[in-house]
Amino acid sequence: MTNPGAASLEFFASRYNIDSVAMSSLLSIALSRGGDFAELFFEHRTNSAIQWEDQRVKSASRNVAQGVGIRVVKGDAIGYAYTESLEMEAMRRAAETASRIGTADERPVPVDATPMLQAGSFYSTTDPLTDEPAARKVALMERADRAARGYDPSIARLDASIGDELKYVMVARSDGKVVGDIQPLIRFNVSALSQNGQSRQVARTGGGGRLGIEYFDRVTPEELAREAARQAVLQQGAIEAPAGTLPVVLAAGDSGVLLHEAVGHGLEADFNRKGTSNYSGRVGQPVASPLVTVVDDGTIADSRGSINVDDEGNPATRNVLIEGGTLRGYLHDEVSARHFGVTPSGSGRRQTFKDYIMPRMTNTFMLPGQSTPDEIIRGVDRGIYAVSYSGGQVNISNGDFVFSVTEAYLIEGGKVTAPLKNVMLIGNGPEVLSRVTAVGNDYQLSDGRWTCGKDGQSVPVGVGMPTVLVSGITVGGTKV
Amino acid sequence: MEGPGALEIARNVVSLARRAGAEQCDAVVSMYTESNVTVRLGELEKLIEAGSMSLGLRVISKGRTAVCSTSDLSPASLEQFVRDAVDLASISEPDEFAGLPSPAELSNVTNADGLGLYDEQIESLSTERKVAMARACEGAAFAFDKRINNSDGASLSTRVGQFALANSLGFEGSYPSTSISLMVEAIADDEEGKKRNGYWYSAERALHRLLDPEEVGRVAARRTVDQIGARKMPTRQVPVVFEPMMTVALAGDLVGCVSGSALYRGATFLADRLGDTIGSPLVTIVDDPRLAGRLGARPFDGEGVTTRRNDIIREGQFSTFLFDCYTARRTKNSTTGSAQRGIETLPAPGVSTMVFEAGADTPEAVVAGVSEGFYVTSLMGNGFNPTTGDYSRGAAGFWIENGRLAFPVTEVNISGQMEAMLRDVDMVANDLTWFGSSAAPTIRVKSMTVAGT
Repeated sequence: MTNPGAASLEFFASRYNIDSVAMSSLLSIALSRGGDFAELFFEHRTNSAIQWEDQRVKSASRNVAQGVGIRVVKGDAIGYAYTESLEMEAMRRAAETASRIGTADERPVPVDATPMLQAGSFYSTTDPLTDEPAARKVALMERADRAARGYDPSIARLDASIGDELKYVMVARSDGKVVGDIQPLIRFNVSALSQNGQSRQVARTGGGGRLGIEYFDRVTPEELAREAARQAVLQQGAIEAPAGTLPVVLAAGDSGVLLHEAVGHGLEADFNRKGTSNYSGRVGQPVASPLVTVVDDGTIADSRGSINVDDEGNPATRNVLIEGGTLRGYLHDEVSARHFGVTPSGSGRRQTFKDYIMPRMTNTFMLPGQSTPDEIIRGVDRGIYAVSYSGGQVNISNGDFVFSVTEAYLIEGGKVTAPLKNVMLIGNGPEVLSRVTAVGNDYQLSDGRWTCGKDGQSVPVGVGMPTVLVSGITVGGTKV
Repeated sequence: MEGPGALEIARNVVSLARRAGAEQCDAVVSMYTESNVTVRLGELEKLIEAGSMSLGLRVISKGRTAVCSTSDLSPASLEQFVRDAVDLASISEPDEFAGLPSPAELSNVTNADGLGLYDEQIESLSTERKVAMARACEGAAFAFDKRINNSDGASLSTRVGQFALANSLGFEGSYPSTSISLMVEAIADDEEGKKRNGYWYSAERALHRLLDPEEVGRVAARRTVDQIGARKMPTRQVPVVFEPMMTVALAGDLVGCVSGSALYRGATFLADRLGDTIGSPLVTIVDDPRLAGRLGARPFDGEGVTTRRNDIIREGQFSTFLFDCYTARRTKNSTTGSAQRGIETLPAPGVSTMVFEAGADTPEAVVAGVSEGFYVTSLMGNGFNPTTGDYSRGAAGFWIENGRLAFPVTEVNISGQMEAMLRDVDMVANDLTWFGSSAAPTIRVKSMTVAGT
């Protein structure tokens, strides 16, 4: 397989004549007013999608975006400009605009941009889905439709979509380093409507990752469609959830979203640089139950959150954030790493070239423990078993969080019983992690469906979790 | 801006697409310049300036639909772009409801004159002035109370844009618009080092309408110190008062249920309820894109249909869904001029400028009538199910005792069912407040579950 870094550099050189000389000249302009550090982020992104409704293809779309974002860093301050035109003149103007964060008199700073190659790749770019014939993609949605309708007679609608992205990126930095990457991403979504008379329930699910059509050898469209149908039908029989503080068993896999929100964001170093996170200044201190070890790892093969290099050109790494309950470190981009005097952790990410860089998560998960999932559930007399989620939100400053649970059950006398509707989990990240009383041996990475939002920017992420028992979380049910 | 204008590009693309074989098509072009300055602890932290242009094209041939977008507007690339779009439509299957508006539905007005969408002062605002405004905003937050010991910064953003829409029926419309927003987040330390934070913002089309930067800072600071000492509460059923910003959030959840897309997909609890009384007579919610000077206001919608005021709920009665042309045809209705249109996506109906109309009581009177209840100032999470109307969200605010805000409360959850909540609205205050493109007053819901410890 061709090295994606080399292929991306070749792409920008041949298509737009952006070579070492051009990049060196732009970086020189960017630094000309006294900036400490500058970088150019080139991007060419193609998104294709096909929408399925009413047992037919409703529409097809294809979106192409290209441009360069130019950043100049001066201390903790950032000057930023971008342009969609990759003509030299337009890029020069953007470099001048960004340079103005520096206030020194103009003087050229020589930069020698040199292409570098990273080893290997964490995802396959041999057959991006973008290049597959439409008929193959449509056939996958037909299969999903049949499977959902076959699952239960109450399934009245199946909406599906198949989307893929192919992103060429190239980062040139004022320290001379030039790296590239080609990042594929696919996503299959299904939404099933179950209708019994006037009673309607819609459930959604999906999956994907940084790979091509071979994803569907691992997870079939039928499995995804039946899962959505199962959840919609299950909700028809769900009962009102209790309200109050209860023990909660978080199922393996998707529950990782809780970890992502409640803990992960607070460990992004920009918040800690500013002292606005509840984890600020607490490296080396206990912040969770000793059973808890949390890792962010951008190197997991084909996972939705993985990256070969981050958007500042640093290689993705595996970062242990919390080890046996003790805070070990934060996720860094260049700015926060300079501030703290540490090595960047490969966590500098941005949604597009138009957006600024922040420390972001990649694939975030809790490592497995000793207990079997059965043991964990058997130990709960009355509680909640939380399986699937539609999303969550956290207040970074104090760790308060809220999660919507789309599939949840009552636990009674150590057994999982009635499905519950309308379950919310409300709590505080550090408090909940200190109340983890059992960690299962059944670690699972969630299938690729999560997107993380921060300051209005969305990036694909992975989440994972073993079965975990939390001794008490506030459950926002309706039943008093 | 240099080069051809937005409308010229849109018109050109429509004619290229027609020549490439598109039976029907429309093109949208968005051009804008944007800026952002962020000041933190008095120092300039971020300075962004950039310009952008992009083009979206929808092709409908024999009922087959495709939508494409690009930011590469060079003439050579455009030729290839329209050919690809026309080819892409052949993937779709014929849909009898797909199509442009009928000629009679298209707007005769093709500009935004009189709507007050553009303020020339935004374009001429200097970087120095923007930095000074952000600095004044953050400074006022720190000066408000000595317990404010940190800030996430004050951020001032501006945008000056040109939007154009052209279609193969000959519609050609375009208009300039501006926006400006200022936001700050203030932080304080509570006991045991728990951080409390509050933010405030102002977002407008015109500079003169923007809230005084120092006032934005003071409100953010007050909201932060108000939360110091916040406690959890035991679970109970009580009246819940929504401050105006929270009423906007509640109404926003509701209007997601009145789109024609949710209707034909069966994904709204209001599917069979048109004409029914679903709320108390105090509840009137309108979508009015004709409100001059407001964000969200616009002369024609994303398909070129004249915009109009739509009364969604009038004195408790559910009066209309919001439709674009596709969802209207599909459900045997007429478009309500509500098509929202991104560059990359098909049109879809949605709210533009939403107003929950004010009532007669003062906000103080709304609280004064509550012997024990919850006053919401912050909502978290997306616990609203549009299909069933089940509502459940994390919340923070104040506990009300004997008609007064007694102490701050955090980490609770409020829940109910949307229709029951609308029926239970027993007071609506006269303090209509704007937040960007939406406005609402303080309201009270007679009874909800507040879940806590």
